[in-house]
Amino acid sequence: MSALHPTSRDFKANVRKAMADETLQKGLATAKLGFRNRRAAAVARLPEFDSLRDEARDIKNHVLAHLDLYLEAFEKRVTEQGGHVHWARDAAEARDAVLAICRAAGARTVTKGKSMISEEIALNDFLQDNGIEPVETDLGEYIIQLRHEPPSHIIAPAFHVMKEQVSDIFHATHTQFDPERRLDDARQILDEARAVLRDRFLAADVGITGANFLIAETGSTVIVTNEGNGDLTQTLPRVHVVLASLEKVVPTLEDATTILRVLARSATGQEFSSYTTFSTGPRRGEDLDGPEEFHVVLLDNGRSKMVGTEMQDVLRCIRCGACMNHCPVFGVIGGHAYGWVYPGPIGAVLSPSLIGIGEAGHLPNASTFCGRCEEVCPMRIPLPKLMRHLREREYEARLSPAAVRWGLGAWAFLAKRPALYRLATRIPMRLLGALGRRRGRFGSLPLAGGWTASRDLPAPQGPTFQDLWQRRGGRREASR
Amino acid sequence: MPDARPNVALFVTCLVDLFRPAVGFAAVKLLEQAGCDVAVPRAQTCCGQPAYNSGDRGDTAEIVRRTVPALEPFDYVVLPSGSCAGTIRHHWPGLFADDAAMRARTQAVADKTWELVSFLTDMRGMDRVDASYDGVAVYHDSCSGLRELGIRAQPRKLLGSVAGLTVRDLRSPEECCGFGGTFAVKYPEISGRMVEDKAADIGASGADTLLAGDLGCLMNMAGRLKREGSPVRVRHVAEVLAGMAGEVPPIGEGEA
Repeated sequence: MSALHPTSRDFKANVRKAMADETLQKGLATAKLGFRNRRAAAVARLPEFDSLRDEARDIKNHVLAHLDLYLEAFEKRVTEQGGHVHWARDAAEARDAVLAICRAAGARTVTKGKSMISEEIALNDFLQDNGIEPVETDLGEYIIQLRHEPPSHIIAPAFHVMKEQVSDIFHATHTQFDPERRLDDARQILDEARAVLRDRFLAADVGITGANFLIAETGSTVIVTNEGNGDLTQTLPRVHVVLASLEKVVPTLEDATTILRVLARSATGQEFSSYTTFSTGPRRGEDLDGPEEFHVVLLDNGRSKMVGTEMQDVLRCIRCGACMNHCPVFGVIGGHAYGWVYPGPIGAVLSPSLIGIGEAGHLPNASTFCGRCEEVCPMRIPLPKLMRHLREREYEARLSPAAVRWGLGAWAFLAKRPALYRLATRIPMRLLGALGRRRGRFGSLPLAGGWTASRDLPAPQGPTFQDLWQRRGGRREASR
Repeated sequence: MPDARPNVALFVTCLVDLFRPAVGFAAVKLLEQAGCDVAVPRAQTCCGQPAYNSGDRGDTAEIVRRTVPALEPFDYVVLPSGSCAGTIRHHWPGLFADDAAMRARTQAVADKTWELVSFLTDMRGMDRVDASYDGVAVYHDSCSGLRELGIRAQPRKLLGSVAGLTVRDLRSPEECCGFGGTFAVKYPEISGRMVEDKAADIGASGADTLLAGDLGCLMNMAGRLKREGSPVRVRHVAEVLAGMAGEVPPIGEGEA
């Protein structure tokens, strides 16, 4: 899978592969509990958490209702401070904008902070193909870059990789060190990554980061990290490029801080991430450090078309990952099975909107609608409702599988006709009831192979309730 | 004090109608004990979720349009399912965005629709039942009841008054069992793993009985437990609250 070649169509095959991957399964079981417990503890410590969620939701709703206004204000402030804003309608325009900036800077290597937009536009492969070496500096991103893999989680890109696998890939890649050295614990891994990356930070010509917020009143961009790699990425090279999608804009610093109060708590259970970094334009005369050039590439890629539609709510997303950390489906299949950049419930809603329901139709269907994602979403995005909207689009476009449509049609025909329904259900249920009476369940049944592969089907009692109720003359007890 | 004797329509739900009428009769008994006159409108089949959750709004709306008139004459509509009650309360009215009259009628039905156990406690003031059940049970919070209707304390409160019964919680009480209606059929591998995990949690609790308020989830969990040869008895909470557990074998168990 890459952003250019989604495998969401092969979701079922991806699922089987993920479920057979024992390393992944072991990792999922422990990691999800850690995320959930840390979030729960952080939320419990903040009594106003739910009212902050309301505020955060309202801020983004306001922005989305006036998106053009705030984006223009942001651009104006960036420009006033000597920065440049590049508008990109789609992934190709965004890639070209970044490449043009890199070429103008004569760049040979670029360092990169963690950015989902970079994944969405498949920037690394593109830069590589154009003779520029991208170096990921977030530890998780660095690991998966070495492994030539996409991220499997939006805040923990190497969620699926075990420590031993990191040791293997470091030994294979960092051949400058003693091949006999041990990389058994996180500290040793971190130290080695830090030693390797230090030189790359200093050598980079351009630093590329994402943005958690764009602030209209100041023209600032904001990133939150726990490793400080973002700061080195954006302050050491001569040129800083910020990659962001349109909906990241908020009106004021105050608004950004309100949303920051729910972001880290929802993501990692921290009160605040270790580093929250504001960048406003290039280095000014009196500044001791900072880039000489400051660019913001603003990506649309289908988002503006969602504004004003039933899908608009998803644009409130702040990419905290809480929905996937609490999703029972993600907990079974992990991130790669979703087949495109964004996994979990947010991916199930975003991917069909961005790459098409024909490509990603499985994703919004692969949900029990248990509602836990919506329950924990700091921005109160009604994810199950949006998944249902997508199922409606799929159904209306006649993209649902024929067997599903046919079965559903036959069932609905009866469900609309109670008398016929009673008649049509009475005999089959009696038959099933009689067949299953002794054992009380079926180990297999024609047409129920999916169900009975991993569980029995409890047998019906036999007569339907309507049948019995009628016979008892509308009373609870049989008349005697 | 609740109304003298409200007229209650029992919406029995398609799964209870077809698979486990005992739950319907238990619901009638409990409602009568709570001082209600109970009727079962003939013109009911299903709340429409199979179509609604498959993206088929047209058929869903048509099912609802034909069901609403049958429910309108009653003071309350009660269902032995959080999932179906949640669908009526929170989803039915939205089906008629372009039909103000039908929307208003559907909203009126939605507003008087309740899940059985929460209706008994919250609307009828029931705080104990006259029933006994010998065992240690875990109560599974079905997702829709828990998150759409806030049902958590009510069943535990009534179960607390059942003589001989001890109620425990699961280690992960908020985890979905993997049923999800058509999900269990469309994505059986994922669903199967989820219910396997749930069965492990149930097994680890040491309980001998599993109770819940939704037959879909119960059939899923019973199906897995029985496949594993587990001795855990699985029942709808209404069967135990109504003291009717002796009348039918547990879900997925035979008469032999």
